[in-house]
Amino acid sequence: MAKVVLKLGDDISTDIIYPGRYMATVLPTETPQYAFADHAEFNARLKKGEIPPGSVIVAGKNFGCGSSREQAASCLKGPDLVVVAKHFARIFLQNSINLGLRTVICPEIEADEGDELEITADKVINKTKGKSFDIVPLPKARQAIIDAGGLIPYTRQRVLAGKK
Amino acid sequence: MGMTMVEKILARATGQAAVKAGDVVEPKVDLAMSHENAALVLNQFLEIYKDTGLEARVWDPSKIAIIFDHRVPAESSKTATNQKKVREFVAKQGITKFHDIRGDEGGICHQILPENGYVRPGCVVVGTDSHTTSHGALGAFAFGIGATEMASVWALGSVLNVEVPGTIKVVATGKFPKHVLPKDLILYLIGKISAEGANFKVIEFHGEAIRKMDTSGRLTICNMSVEAGATSGIVPPDAETLRYLKEVAGVRETVAVFGPDPDAVYDQVVEIDVSSLEPQIACPHTVDNVKPVSAVAGTPIQQIVIGSCTNGRLDDIEVAAKILKGKKVARGVRMLIFPASGRIFREAMAKGYLTTLMEAGALVANSGCGPCLGVHQGALGDGEVALSTTNRNFKGRMGNPNSEVYLCSPAVAAASALTGVITDPRRER
Repeated sequence: MAKVVLKLGDDISTDIIYPGRYMATVLPTETPQYAFADHAEFNARLKKGEIPPGSVIVAGKNFGCGSSREQAASCLKGPDLVVVAKHFARIFLQNSINLGLRTVICPEIEADEGDELEITADKVINKTKGKSFDIVPLPKARQAIIDAGGLIPYTRQRVLAGKK
Repeated sequence: MGMTMVEKILARATGQAAVKAGDVVEPKVDLAMSHENAALVLNQFLEIYKDTGLEARVWDPSKIAIIFDHRVPAESSKTATNQKKVREFVAKQGITKFHDIRGDEGGICHQILPENGYVRPGCVVVGTDSHTTSHGALGAFAFGIGATEMASVWALGSVLNVEVPGTIKVVATGKFPKHVLPKDLILYLIGKISAEGANFKVIEFHGEAIRKMDTSGRLTICNMSVEAGATSGIVPPDAETLRYLKEVAGVRETVAVFGPDPDAVYDQVVEIDVSSLEPQIACPHTVDNVKPVSAVAGTPIQQIVIGSCTNGRLDDIEVAAKILKGKKVARGVRMLIFPASGRIFREAMAKGYLTTLMEAGALVANSGCGPCLGVHQGALGDGEVALSTTNRNFKGRMGNPNSEVYLCSPAVAAASALTGVITDPRRER
């Protein structure tokens, strides 16, 4: 079970997730402090450690549109959040898979802040609302990267295989 | 079955006779571009080799381009230190296409690549910047990736697990009316198909209006294709592409070109007659919130920006200089000009455009991404409104979540500078 800690609308850009003015900060260990920096209340709770790992952000369509900045994925991966969205913009989804940020494509999702969700292999069950919603699988092409635990270990395997 | 541009390019890049949308391929990369975020790429690159006992060497130092543009000259010690680390890495690895903070060869990455002839028709180009879509203007398949994905490209020389995208064909017919520009076409298209209308797809541009458009205009429309969610925009190369490569980019060798097959299969066809197009404005806070200029004319503005990888080229600055010649920027409006490269800056200077603009009251800053993404110069105050030729108007984009950004062509920006309110350039005398 995981609680919805932030509910957002459609077209949430990477400028909202990780404002451009913090882009000089690049390391995944340092980016979480600026996650949703302009949502002062949420950012403060995150920094105080009040949001437990596995908590869920629920969003509408086209989550992560805009810039290719990887900080937008690493800042959510650090505190181990899960993003459930109606669908994602291409580069953000790719960055999330590469870094191991959990993303769930759920086109019909209905959930509000405070709702308790159970995420299974093919469904998001909203325990609070007593409803369940189908998950669209992540792109098949990406499964090998997910299985390897991210793009760095996957590429490492490939580099090592190539040198044999 | 015929192939689209991107299918043809990916077939060539994977050594296959044919590929089709949905296939999973690992194309070889012809050019891998990064800017300041090369600092993160190199961190992830070294991570790949950690504990492998192997020396971390990039696959081909002649195919990597690194251009400092986002925060130049450095706005903080943190940026300066990142730039220093990248410089050291470039020297160690022997990376040749490196453009440091210089007036002779520096500039915005999406201008530096084409003007130096680094991008050729049919190439696969990846960049750690979403506006890498720009380079489709020269008939390349060019798309944005994240820093970790780039680290993987630096190691292997190919992009892993790429799904061949489907293609939307856009046919732009007719002739642009006076003061209606390529920027108006792409804003109109984004408004029509929405910010996610081309997500995971390529937009292929056809029609008389594209054939007659110069490469600068094609860079503008391919640049902003990503604002409709597109993986890339692409213009099938033609005589204009060859002219640009020869005359502007100084490419001496023969360049082979190919177009899509006549029986290529498209997901969707969109037709637009540009001869009936009005100047367009993308209103806050999404790029697909597009209205004709007449719907928002009269809106007061405090800052005007002409520049960026979208509209900071010589023809854009020329449009502004012609409208502002002998006139004055309205009091209470700050007009900022950021030429897209050092070369464009010098050309605009030689032609007298910068003098004209400065005499009118505009401020000319060095080439760079500057205010477009609110990382360096030109931040907005609380409650202020900007009108900009850049590419994004997301909340907080210009450095302040309590401000608004409208996007437009250089003609609208210049006409509005005279009045201090959003103004239709067709009404200027």
